Amino acid sequence: MNVPRRALLRLGVAAAASAALLPRPARGQGGAPRVVVIGGGFAGASCARTLRHTDPRVVVTLVEPSATFTACPFSNAVIAGLRELSAQQFTYDRVVADGITLARTTATAVDAHARSVTLAEGPRLSYDRLVLAPGIDIRWGALTGYDEAAAGQLPHAWRAGEQTLLLRRQLEAMADGGLVVIVAPANPFRCPPGPYERASLIAHYLKTRKPKSKLVILDAKDTFSKQRLFQQAWTELYPGLLEWVPLSKGGQVVSVDAATRTLVTDFGQHKPAVANVIPPQRAGRIAEVAGVADRTGWCPIDPVTFESKLQPGIHVIGDAAIAGAMPKSAFAANSQAKTCAAAVLQLLTGATPSAPKLINTCYSLVAPDYGISVAGVYQPSGGQLADVPGSGGVSPAEAPRATRAAEAVLAEAWFRTITAEVFG
Amino acid sequence: MRRVAAAAIGLGSIAAALVASAEPPAGAASCSGCHPASSRVTSPVPRLLGLDRAAIVRAMQEFRSGQRAGTVMDRIAKGFTDEEVQAIAAWYASQR
Repeated sequence: MNVPRRALLRLGVAAAASAALLPRPARGQGGAPRVVVIGGGFAGASCARTLRHTDPRVVVTLVEPSATFTACPFSNAVIAGLRELSAQQFTYDRVVADGITLARTTATAVDAHARSVTLAEGPRLSYDRLVLAPGIDIRWGALTGYDEAAAGQLPHAWRAGEQTLLLRRQLEAMADGGLVVIVAPANPFRCPPGPYERASLIAHYLKTRKPKSKLVILDAKDTFSKQRLFQQAWTELYPGLLEWVPLSKGGQVVSVDAATRTLVTDFGQHKPAVANVIPPQRAGRIAEVAGVADRTGWCPIDPVTFESKLQPGIHVIGDAAIAGAMPKSAFAANSQAKTCAAAVLQLLTGATPSAPKLINTCYSLVAPDYGISVAGVYQPSGGQLADVPGSGGVSPAEAPRATRAAEAVLAEAWFRTITAEVFG
Repeated sequence: MRRVAAAAIGLGSIAAALVASAEPPAGAASCSGCHPASSRVTSPVPRLLGLDRAAIVRAMQEFRSGQRAGTVMDRIAKGFTDEEVQAIAAWYASQR
C-alpha cells in the first residue's frame, strides 16, 4: 500500500460529506476495489452482502453455480417428515438486489499471484481480495466402498437437497420393525451435533410411525457434541429404540458395500434396512485448487482477518476454515463472514483490522418440542480462535421441559432470523 | 451513521470516529445471528437496532451475573468485558 493511512482517512472525510461510509479503498488501479466471493452458502452470501452494505463502492462478485440454496440446518426435520424441503430453500434474488454480481458457474482455478479466478464459463475475474466459502466436499473413497454411486444407495444427506429426500423416502418405505443405522464420522466434520440430532428426529419418526423399529449409531469416536444432553434425552424419550455404539465398543465402520447394504466394523457386519453414511469430509474442492488447504484437507487461517496462512490475498470462512474452537456451523459461518468482510474492507484501505470477537450458537432438536443448545464466544489467542475463558457451554443438564420447549422455539426463530439476514 | 460522522467532525476526532461509526465493535456483528436485523422477522428474540443503550448494558450485566435468567445469553454474556458491552450497546443504540 503506497498511500499513507492518514491520507486515506482524510479522503474519507470528504467522502463522508457525500454520504459515503468508509475511507476510499486504495486498490483496484484507480477504480473501485474488487472482491470475489466463491460459494453462496451461509458464509459466502453473508460476506458478500456485508461488504456491499458496509461500503457500496466495493464491486462484489459472488460465484455460485446453484440457482437455489438449500440449507442444512433443520434438514434433519425434513428427513423425519416434520418439514418440507421447500422450507430449506432460498434464492439469490435479494443478494443480486444488493448490487452483487452473481456468476452462476463454478470456479475452476485461482491464481493467487495474478489475483485472478478462472470460471468454468465466462471471463476470468480479477480481484483485490478473494474470499473462499466453499463449504465441504465428501472425501469419496476415504471410507472403503463409499463413492458417489454408493451414496445413491446409502445416502449421506450431509449436503441438503436430493440426498435429504432420498433418506426420507427410504425411511418412509421401510417396514415397521426395520433397523436404521447412522454412520458417524471422526472429527472434524460439518455440524458436530448434526448426526445426533438426526438420530433423535429419526427416532421420533420411528417411535410415532414405526415403533417396532430400531436405530443404531455406529460412531468413529468416543465423545460428541452435547453428548450428556443427547443421551439424557434419549433415555427419557427413546428408551430401547436408539443405541449409540462408540469407537471403543466397535462403532467404527471400516468399509461399506452399497449393493448389499452392508456396513463392516472391526467386530462384525450390519445389514440395516436403511443406512445413512455420514462420510469423512474436507474443504470444498476449490480450496485445494487455490492452494489454501493443508494436508488435513482444511484451511488454516489468520484468526483476525481469516486470511489464508498459505496464500496471500485469499480469505477462507465457514466450514472450510480451520477456525480453532469454533465449530463448523451455519451460525459460525455467518459470524465469520461478517468479521471477515470488516477485515477485508480495512485491509483494502490499508488499515490494520483489530482483534474480533465471534459468537456461535447451535440448537439441536431432540424432538419437535425439545431443544438443546451449545453457545460459545471466541477471540484470537495463540494464532487460533479460542474460547473466551468462562464463557459458553451447553444447556443446563437439569431443566424443566418448559426450558427444552423454549429452546425448540428459539431454534426455529434462529433459522428464520439467520436465513432472513443471509438471503432475505 | 452519517449523523455520528458529522458529530465527530465537530469534535475534531474525525478519522477514528469515521472508522468507529462504520465498523461494528468487536462481537457486535455476531448478534444478528439470533437478534433479527429486520423488523419483518417474527422472533421471541428482541431486535437490538435502536434499543436504549443503558437497557442493553443492564441486560448484559444481569445475564452475566445470573440475576437475569437466560437460555443462551447467560452463557454468551460471560464472554464480554464491561468495555466491550458498552461499545456494543452504544453501536446498536446508534443504528436504525
